[in-house]
Amino acid sequence: MPPSKTAQAGFTAALIDIFPMLIGMVPFGLIVGTMGKQAGLETWELMLMSSAVFAGASQFIALDMWTTPLPALAIIGTTLMVNLRHVLMGAAAAPHIKGLPSLPRYIFLCAMADENWAMAMRRAMSDRTLVVSYVLGVTVPFYLNWQLWSFLGTQLGDLINDPAELGFDFVFTAVFITLIFGFWKTDKRLSPIIASACVALIAQQLLPGTWYIFVGSLGGVAAAALTYKRKDDAHG
Amino acid sequence: MDSVSPWLVILGMAVVTVSTRLIGYWVLGRYQLSSRTQSILEAVPASVLTAIIAPMVLATGLAETLAAIATLLIAWRLPTVVAIVCGVVVVVLMRNVF
Repeated sequence: MPPSKTAQAGFTAALIDIFPMLIGMVPFGLIVGTMGKQAGLETWELMLMSSAVFAGASQFIALDMWTTPLPALAIIGTTLMVNLRHVLMGAAAAPHIKGLPSLPRYIFLCAMADENWAMAMRRAMSDRTLVVSYVLGVTVPFYLNWQLWSFLGTQLGDLINDPAELGFDFVFTAVFITLIFGFWKTDKRLSPIIASACVALIAQQLLPGTWYIFVGSLGGVAAAALTYKRKDDAHG
Repeated sequence: MDSVSPWLVILGMAVVTVSTRLIGYWVLGRYQLSSRTQSILEAVPASVLTAIIAPMVLATGLAETLAAIATLLIAWRLPTVVAIVCGVVVVVLMRNVF
């Protein structure tokens, strides 16, 4: 295929892959906007948060902690904990995005969220190539979508009180299940998945906030390290 | 602490969040990775996604667990979009039952 055709195919594939996530984000964007207004933030302050932080879970938690006087260190510290998993995600993405030009590479990294990262990793691990158009195609619309709905949230107030009622909260779970299934199909390792689920469940009981995500992920990585065999060299 | 402006706190949140996004890449992106390291890193996506959804799937209620199983079984044979839509429909129906 000529380069322009490849680029277009990559972008189209990216849009198809990320589309359910865009829909799934709608209620959460609206809620973040509404919560921001209720917490006393100006519209521009909330938009500064959505655009510069761009991390849904940590935004929810921060807005929940948003009281006067502002517990600045507690909010920033919690944000760091919630987003620690990005360290693992960036490390896992490194070998696949190293070859990309630096602008799209850093756009992807700075706007890396669970969803676009997962799509890019799935693409990289199944096709073994990651093109710029695909990386930007899962990242830019996902980023702009969050800005749009959190802005509308500040304007429209509380349209959706309970995303669970309409099953919106399950969209992410369902998408992630299909992604995990996809990773398993190329990877064939079950032990990291089982270990991650078990450790996450235990950690959720014992640790505050969203530490279970980071600790559970580490459990999965540890299982991968423990079960590593040299024969993996053949396809690794 | 009384006088910290909101935008300064938001900026602090942004700095720590962007740091988490860059550090893993910078630290491991520099090295030629051994096949052992690569094999371990390839387990990261499934591990992270599993950790995120494990409480929702296994410790929320019967509706979520059954909907998750339905999603997985449908994804086995049918297109991903069908599995996602069915999973959401099942969870909404089940939540109205339980």
